[in-house]
Amino acid sequence: MSSPSTPLLEVRDLRIGFPNPRGGEVFPVDGVSFRLDRGETLALVGESGCGKSLTSLALLQLLPPPGRVLSGSSIKLEETEILSLRGEALRAIRGRRIAMIFQDPMTSLNPVLTVGSQVVEALTAHRRWSRADAKARTIALFEEVGIPDPAQRFAAYPHHLSGGLRQRIMIAMALAGEPDILIADEPTTALDVTVQAQILELLDRLRAARGMAVLLITHDLGLVAGRADRVAVMYAGQIVEEAGTTDLFERPSHPYTRGLFRSIPRLHESVLRLSPIPGTVPLPSAWPSGCRFHPRCAEVLARCSTEAPLNTELETTGPARRTRCWLASPLPPRA
Amino acid sequence: MRGSLKRVFATAWHTPSGQVGAVTLLLIALVAVTITPFLPDPRIMPDLSGGAAPPSFAHPFGTDAFSRDILSRVVHGARVSLSIAALAVALSISLGAAVGTTAGYFGGWVDAVLMRSVDAAMAIPRLFILLLLVLVWERIPPAALVAVIGATGWFATSRLVRGEVLRLRELDYIRAAKALGAGSPGIIFRHVLPNTLGPLIVAATLGVGEVILLEAGLSFLGLGIAPPTPTWGGMVHDSESLMATAPWTGLFPGAAIVITVLAVNLWGEAMRAAVDPRTA
Repeated sequence: MSSPSTPLLEVRDLRIGFPNPRGGEVFPVDGVSFRLDRGETLALVGESGCGKSLTSLALLQLLPPPGRVLSGSSIKLEETEILSLRGEALRAIRGRRIAMIFQDPMTSLNPVLTVGSQVVEALTAHRRWSRADAKARTIALFEEVGIPDPAQRFAAYPHHLSGGLRQRIMIAMALAGEPDILIADEPTTALDVTVQAQILELLDRLRAARGMAVLLITHDLGLVAGRADRVAVMYAGQIVEEAGTTDLFERPSHPYTRGLFRSIPRLHESVLRLSPIPGTVPLPSAWPSGCRFHPRCAEVLARCSTEAPLNTELETTGPARRTRCWLASPLPPRA
Repeated sequence: MRGSLKRVFATAWHTPSGQVGAVTLLLIALVAVTITPFLPDPRIMPDLSGGAAPPSFAHPFGTDAFSRDILSRVVHGARVSLSIAALAVALSISLGAAVGTTAGYFGGWVDAVLMRSVDAAMAIPRLFILLLLVLVWERIPPAALVAVIGATGWFATSRLVRGEVLRLRELDYIRAAKALGAGSPGIIFRHVLPNTLGPLIVAATLGVGEVILLEAGLSFLGLGIAPPTPTWGGMVHDSESLMATAPWTGLFPGAAIVITVLAVNLWGEAMRAAVDPRTA
């Protein structure tokens, strides 16, 4: 009985802890909140080590041990609190409500089983199928994800297929449970540039056809344009800016986002040198005080090193925008 | 794995080493079954005063210290030695795979308890455990011998499998299967166990040779199959004192052991390559 305003997925104050080998605990994901609505694509963008992949793994309780989600965190799928699920109840969500595809299709398929049997496995994880029906359904899924000669591919082994075809097989496996949400964790990073565009187009077509929501995890802001409805930019375990894609591209409000844009090569502008963001992403064991971006920020203020900026809501005509920066102009106080 | 087990056998058969190994094993089995009835009873000592006679037309492999026909004893011994080796290895491999998989996949305290128990068991010499059993059985029945050899032979296998499972369970495709809702039994039987078959087959082929020789040692201690029932290991052992004067008493059963172990290893190597579709 979800009201129209209830999001499909709502993550609130997600914190993930890992024991620090040198004692204590570190928090690579430290207070992440976002929502995902039916049928939309949200891109979670950030550099390596910002916590975006851990965030996505936590959604299915797949954190590698000894990682843990801290109490006080909440991940709600409609009315269900995913973090409190165990055993069979959790298995019923995985693949059936939320499915996930991973970065490297070379290693995400079992090398000793045929790709057909692996899709059949994903089908039978949630429902009984006769052997013939499961095979027919698998071939139909192969067709849906654009695999040529789907019937012949059923008996192929992963090493017979190219990277792009393997990623399509992974997508077919993810679709087998008819999920409401598809998490794509860097789905094109391991692929050739020409194949990247095809896979992203396929994901978008499937999202539209099936009314799925897509959570696209990527480090590449360039991939996001035209494909995501909204973008959340992560830095050092936090979402530093969240906006509609058009808003974000037209007027990025966080200095980190602006820095990311400056470091993307552009065809139409004659820039002699790209300007990368100086320095490197801090380690979770040494998150800077105040604003976590301040040591690398080009527009740093005195207060940035001591006071953490609030998550400020900005004025917009599009989807809600928020930014964690002292420079952002807040909304005028409500009457 | 249903249809693919047939494929693995077919692939293994189509390699040179697989063919040599399989044909040799089949020949040994065939000979053991077909010519047995035409040979003299290997247990009867026809002439106690005769002693060991060299190979002749009447006794192609010669006779042993009790004038028993060695050909007959080698052929009869094949039944005993091979069935004990096959059953004991099957038992120890299954136990090792079960314990190793459980420990590696579930980790945590399950792993700690199982592996520390294995460490403790490995600290006790196998022969010592077997010696204790003389107290229980004066003459050990073959079924008990199989159980004892199998039950004391899986420790190293379980470690091997555990290590492999530890590596496998972190792999992307196991995580991917979990993400799509596969349960633990499904993951273990479909993704983990088939991928441990390579090391398991190697362990099994090595195990067959080991068990044949172990049975020989046990016979010497009076723990193995009781005389006068012939076993290869027992025959090699009995020949020890005659090596200088009647070398044929040890040569033929020894050759039978070498050929069998070699054939098992060749077949095992072919199987190992065949379970990995990337090399098939």
